[in-house]
Amino acid sequence: MISGRTWKFGDDINTDLMMPGPALYLPEEQRVRYVFQANRPGWVDLVKGGDFIIGGKNYGVGSSRPAALSLRNLNIGCLIAESINGLFFRNCVNFGLLALECPGVHAAFEEGQTAEVSPDDFTVRNVQTGVTLRAKPVPRQLVDLMVGGGIFPLLEAECLIDPLPPKVKSSKAAGIQSASA
Amino acid sequence: MGLPILNKILSRAADGEPVTTGQIVVVDAHTVVLYDSNFFPVYWRDPLKIADPSRIALIFDHRVPAPDRSCALAQIAGRAFAARFGIERFHDVGYDQGIAHTVVADKAYALPGTVLVCSDSHTGGGGALNCAARGVGGPDIIYAAIKGKTWFSVCETIRYDIVGSLPFGVTGKDVFLHIAQTYGDHSNYNVEFGGSGLKNLSIDARRTIATMGTELNAEFSIFEPDQLLIDYIHERNPGATFEPQYADADASYAERRTLDLGEIEPLVALPDAMIKNSVPVGNIVGQRIDQAYIGSCANGNLEDLAMAARVVAGRRVAPGVRFLVTPGSQAVYRQALKAGYVETLMEAGAVVTPATCGACGGGHMGVLGENEICITASTRNFKGRMGDPSAQIYMGSPATVAASAIAGVITHPGKYLGRNAI
Repeated sequence: MISGRTWKFGDDINTDLMMPGPALYLPEEQRVRYVFQANRPGWVDLVKGGDFIIGGKNYGVGSSRPAALSLRNLNIGCLIAESINGLFFRNCVNFGLLALECPGVHAAFEEGQTAEVSPDDFTVRNVQTGVTLRAKPVPRQLVDLMVGGGIFPLLEAECLIDPLPPKVKSSKAAGIQSASA
Repeated sequence: MGLPILNKILSRAADGEPVTTGQIVVVDAHTVVLYDSNFFPVYWRDPLKIADPSRIALIFDHRVPAPDRSCALAQIAGRAFAARFGIERFHDVGYDQGIAHTVVADKAYALPGTVLVCSDSHTGGGGALNCAARGVGGPDIIYAAIKGKTWFSVCETIRYDIVGSLPFGVTGKDVFLHIAQTYGDHSNYNVEFGGSGLKNLSIDARRTIATMGTELNAEFSIFEPDQLLIDYIHERNPGATFEPQYADADASYAERRTLDLGEIEPLVALPDAMIKNSVPVGNIVGQRIDQAYIGSCANGNLEDLAMAARVVAGRRVAPGVRFLVTPGSQAVYRQALKAGYVETLMEAGAVVTPATCGACGGGHMGVLGENEICITASTRNFKGRMGDPSAQIYMGSPATVAASAIAGVITHPGKYLGRNAI
């Protein structure tokens, strides 16, 4: 069971809002500064590690860019939305961000209320109101990837990828820094 | 009940296992496409083995030629990867380079009846070639390259039965805008196109529609194969063996809709969204623009350039407007050059750029500044997509964009296409 303070966003929150084109290849610590810059400037200074995002319909519509990675790097504890774009959901699995589809969740929370989520039985509870909803079940292997850090730890464990991200020294030569994806 | 096309392809790729809606299915990744952005140090992890190098294609497209040192570095990493694993289908800057999804069609790497993955969301354009192609994430691509497998959730299909033919001057882009306006999003569904009117849609138009399936929020977009497609594949990938997949006659669909091409008119999506956000071009005529753009995997096709050239022939781009045209691949560029389209466009004042994703994603060669207004025939008009978040991005067909570039304001393409047009 995990819990966190909620931030609410509307329908069709697209990947360009979470990771705009001009920020795509910036070092990670700069890239997260752009999250929701166009629709909610200043939010990255307010959100705290462990906070949850509540979304509307079609959360994450758009590009394959790893916007889920930016949310993970802001230490978002869980994303709960009315519905989640298939490609964005995939990237939540890939990068290890717990993400659940839960019809009714948008109406069930006022921003700032606390949500309690169980990745085992998929219940979503509003701690203040006591309202409890049931998110759509996700296959166990995918939940394990989402809470276990995503695909790379899996491939590392099987010795199928270089255990280190690309060489930091060559990155520094080009003025960019490497970050674990 | 029988099966739609997508289920048949996924079932074949899962060693013939039957696939059912709601199931997660592990399938062979017949083609794995990588591009320059995969190799940025913040995203990339070096594989220590590759399942089958002949299944990989590496195509540089997002930031080419390199606009800065970090992009140059990603390309160096990509070249090293190609050399290390002996990737033969490597499309570096030069003769055979282009936008990955365009090259995948140019070379017919996307074979009918097969599965193709790439970590760009517009990979679905390969659906025009009866290929189960879709965008996945960067780590998915590394996984698929290493293991030769990937996973999908099996969804229900919405089927469009195409009838009639497009009026002259109405394009595949208008077909997409019409579907998005009439039916809204297609979240959690596959979209299948076929029927008696399919023969009236060129492969380029099908590619535009399949590419824009991503913007319908569809899982997969897939076209029925026909002789036009089979000939297209044989011409571009001689010797390739493949088994096109057709829907069963009694296939089960979530819904079947008739799409009458003859009823479609030129539409323009208003800024920030494409779903239920379009108006007939006549309703928005006169809107001032700073930039007009034709390009991307959706609209950098030869047919798009031909249409643009036809609209602007003998005319001149309005003062104060920048008209940028980006062919989808260097091969398309050469064909457009031979056909005279490039000369016509340039004589009109268009800037024809090398093939790249470029301005479509706000990358380079046409980024929008503060409060600028653009009409684009590319993939997306999201807020901030092509540059500054305050910029407004209208979306129309290549014909509408070209007409607007000439007039300096959003304009109906019929104005310049003559009496036979819409």
